[in-house]
Amino acid sequence: MPDSLPADSVGIVSPQIYHFDSPIDLACGQALDSYDLVVETYGELNADASNAVLICHALSGHHHAAGYHAMDERKPGWWDSCIGPGKPIDTNRFFVVSLNNLGGCHGSTGPSSTNPATGKPYGPDFPVITVGDWVKSQALLADRLGIQCWAAVVGGSLGGMQALQWSLDYPDRLKHSVVIASTPRLTAQNIAFNEVARQAITSDREFHGGRYYDFDVVPRRGLMLARMVGHITYLSDASMGEKFGRELRDQAYKFGYDAEFQVESYLRYQGERFSETFDANTYLLMTRALDYFDPAYDYGGDLSRALTGTQCEFLVLSFSTDWRFNPARSEEMVNAMIAARRKVSYSEIDAPWGHDAFLIPTPRYTDVFTAYMDRVAREVGA
Amino acid sequence: MRPDLEIIQQWIQPGHHVLDLGCGDGTLLDYLQRERGASGFGLEINPDHITTCMGRGVAVIEQNIDTQGLGNFDDGSFDTVLMTQALQAVRRPDKVLDEMLRVGREGIVTFPNFAHWRLRWGLALSGRMPESEALPYKWYNTPNIRLCTFKDFEALCRQKGIRIKSRRVVDGQHQNSWLARLWPNLLGEIAIYRITRENEQ
Repeated sequence: MPDSLPADSVGIVSPQIYHFDSPIDLACGQALDSYDLVVETYGELNADASNAVLICHALSGHHHAAGYHAMDERKPGWWDSCIGPGKPIDTNRFFVVSLNNLGGCHGSTGPSSTNPATGKPYGPDFPVITVGDWVKSQALLADRLGIQCWAAVVGGSLGGMQALQWSLDYPDRLKHSVVIASTPRLTAQNIAFNEVARQAITSDREFHGGRYYDFDVVPRRGLMLARMVGHITYLSDASMGEKFGRELRDQAYKFGYDAEFQVESYLRYQGERFSETFDANTYLLMTRALDYFDPAYDYGGDLSRALTGTQCEFLVLSFSTDWRFNPARSEEMVNAMIAARRKVSYSEIDAPWGHDAFLIPTPRYTDVFTAYMDRVAREVGA
Repeated sequence: MRPDLEIIQQWIQPGHHVLDLGCGDGTLLDYLQRERGASGFGLEINPDHITTCMGRGVAVIEQNIDTQGLGNFDDGSFDTVLMTQALQAVRRPDKVLDEMLRVGREGIVTFPNFAHWRLRWGLALSGRMPESEALPYKWYNTPNIRLCTFKDFEALCRQKGIRIKSRRVVDGQHQNSWLARLWPNLLGEIAIYRITRENEQ
């Protein structure tokens, strides 16, 4: 156990549960009568509540974005590289809010929560949630926290979609939208990967049509496969090559089908760990939310028309080796913002790590992100 | 204030939408935003400059004019397109000029004059590629690949049907001297051209 935490860590943090009693209407036509959101916050909200930053999470989302839950926690929150004292999202200046989204499996109401109508877990009866639904629930959370307007809404990947959706749905409730390693809509290839992941889960014999809770089992193999496929798409060929190459676990080929290459055992390990902590129905729900996201849909595919009502400024960042949501997808978004005469800054960060680069500190990324957020902080007097 | 900024800002009206090609650290756009109430974007490829722009609130887009062009900007979507000290560093200045006046009603261009007397003198005497304050590079590491003279530029404008609305000639420190006004192609180091299409007012 370490004696002390890094100086640029937000330190020991603990999540809080916010209970909501008023029904929330969802895009699918259903409603949730009541629900919980699990939230972590870092830093202090200033007197006029102008220094709040919302962190929107990516696919395997968690409210635990920065700091440690206990001194002996092995790893900090998922975006600890960017949130903390002196980091791009500087907690000496900003009040940072991070939550587990609706439909999640880390404490917020989701498929594994008890359905008050039946006294059993929702399972497949949990409504399909969209990015817009998440944004709506986050706005209700902002009301509860006394935050009328976010200094910035920030997210990577699926989180970036939420940051974009915020600018469309609540134009007067955020000053900046920071969209990192994201896309204005999934491509057929993206959806195809999601479908493989879902098929892996639903075809697991322990899935039981999503009612596996009733059988006290978990579709572990399906989840593991889903995560393995996902994981491959988050890395670049070069970063995988650098990490594993063709390295074998033992010296020679065994002419069998066990994990012989290091990369195989790494993927299996990651998949297994994920299947122990993540809910299969939540994975289905979140990949579906990704598929459906397309703010231009209601505007005949014209994203710039969708953006004309926005008021915030945008920062868009992409990564050169991200092939899941490649830089061209970000440029599409930026061009729509330009056409809509929005104020937008854009940079393509040269980094070798693929899609996951948004979680990994590289000097150029840190510099640009820090410079932008520093300016946001100055603007709100933080 | 830098004299060239003083000159350029006179041509930008409050509320004008401006595109700055090769905006550097955003000094000019920042100035135009604050002093002239202008809006707009800078295009830049230097990472440090991009970071500086973002820190000072200048909307900057990482975009290489040479390889990516300006195809992502609609016709006539800007009041003014600026290009200060970058024309000589692009591969096809003629095409960039066309694009500038496609996306903007008006263009403002500055570039170093290769016919300045000191450069002529240096080349004539030493037989080596000249260097100056405006061109502080060796022949092998210079980003300036399309050097021209004021006369060359004006000939290109005539050929393309581009009207020169104004020309202000300055020295390497962007000072506006009367001698340079008298014999610009010989004594001027940098010119600030304000250009538009022949049929534009």
